[in-house]
Amino acid sequence: MATIEEAGRITGGATGFLDRERTIAKPGFSRWLVPPAALCVHLCIGQAYALSVFNLPMTKLIGITQSAPDDWKLTELGWIFSIAMVFLGCSAAVFGRWVEEGGPRKAMFTAALCWAGGFFLSAIGVYTHTLWLIYIGYGVLGGCGLGIGYISPVSTLIKWFPDRPGMATGMAIMGFGGGAFIASPLSVWLLGKFTTATHIGVMETFIVLGCVYFCFMLVGSIIVRVPPPGWAPQGYVAPKAASKLITRNDVYVYDALKTPQFWLIWWVLCLNVTAGIGVLGQASAMSQEMFPGHITPVAAAGFVGLMSLFNMGGRFAWASTSDYIGRRNTYFVFMVLGFALYCTVPYAGSTGSVALFVLCFLVIISMYGGAFATVPAYLRDMFGTRYVGAIHGMLLTAWSAAGIFGPVLVNYIRQYQIEHGVPKAEAYNATMYIMAGLLVIGFMCNFMIKAVHARFHMKDDEAERAAVNVGAVGKPAGA
Amino acid sequence: MQTVNHDGSMKLKLFLAWGFVGIPLLWGVLQTLSNAMKLFQ
Repeated sequence: MATIEEAGRITGGATGFLDRERTIAKPGFSRWLVPPAALCVHLCIGQAYALSVFNLPMTKLIGITQSAPDDWKLTELGWIFSIAMVFLGCSAAVFGRWVEEGGPRKAMFTAALCWAGGFFLSAIGVYTHTLWLIYIGYGVLGGCGLGIGYISPVSTLIKWFPDRPGMATGMAIMGFGGGAFIASPLSVWLLGKFTTATHIGVMETFIVLGCVYFCFMLVGSIIVRVPPPGWAPQGYVAPKAASKLITRNDVYVYDALKTPQFWLIWWVLCLNVTAGIGVLGQASAMSQEMFPGHITPVAAAGFVGLMSLFNMGGRFAWASTSDYIGRRNTYFVFMVLGFALYCTVPYAGSTGSVALFVLCFLVIISMYGGAFATVPAYLRDMFGTRYVGAIHGMLLTAWSAAGIFGPVLVNYIRQYQIEHGVPKAEAYNATMYIMAGLLVIGFMCNFMIKAVHARFHMKDDEAERAAVNVGAVGKPAGA
Repeated sequence: MQTVNHDGSMKLKLFLAWGFVGIPLLWGVLQTLSNAMKLFQ
């Protein structure tokens, strides 16, 4: 392998600032600069989880103190988030290969343009009171920024941290969970500053947020670097032989779709996220209905905040743990422990044990976040590092699907139960058992995951040709 | 095949970069934590 000093001399040529070649690390560069670069992007796009802060103010843009007949309805505004989530999955899937081949700086810069542009277009939509402009702005354009920004640093981090890929991607994806922590109080503060007796300051808040996020993401795109060909961290020795479930070969992005492993991981992620996302959205109402008189609305808000913290912390903790116990074993833990905890929730409700209820959901939600953060490293183990970003992008469609399944399962089953005379405190029991059942299916899918067949591996000449065509650097992992 | 030892300027860059993302994140976490404490009141 080449030293980083030798690799530094490889760089050069007349290339644009955003090109991959210009991001190759020079001698003396520390790989620990890459996680903050990734966090610059993920902390910004994590704002999506705090979009609900704007819901109420946007229903009173005309009426100011209360909703006027021409004001937007909450149901109409709910579509903004849904459209953004759909475009997150779609753009990650469609642009994944471009992100991988164009390099992280170009991708992060594009994500910054889309994300900030989405806010600016939405500000115009608020100013002209045109809802479809917000659908296109935040939903479509911002959603593309979400998708491209989410996957852009993942493969770069995996290449910089071959010794700790789970921890590295866990740090970045933790930022996505933490973005709402910053966006929520910041948005409330900005709204307070810009709102007067005759005007709701949503437009100004969108403009300020767009500017702040653009600058923040720009910093990330400037400091990000890719490792030179052949680089390895100090003291790291790549295993001579591939372990059973960690390949040393690469699989081409579209060939990965032909493998059963891709679809098994797709279902594992989808089922785990379905189970988590359903309770995440309904945590406040569920806790109050299961413990009437014990959990007040204020305490429920605190419970939601605590869940957010565990969602974020779980991303880093579980992904880091997966470096030691293996990716498949980590998902086995998610499925088995999740099954036990979902089955325990009705018991906690029937015995009135708030502490047990809270404990169950905090662990469940940590595993929900952990599943997101561990999956890039799982894909890297299965399909190699070359196209892991693009493959990860395609896998995110599982998130979009879970975003529909989860809330629908929780809401409709609860409604069905109540309509059939089940007390509100017990209306979630059936849902909990169904969630536990989903995890059993997830366990079986995870159990069936074996190493990818050698016929899907890229041959050396294929990999070299692909590298020339797309300007990618480095040999394939297995070459 | 190893990274060279980091000089002072790289250490400064690391400090600034981590501070740039760490301070806002810490502020947000503390805000959320103070809200979460309402569960135990």
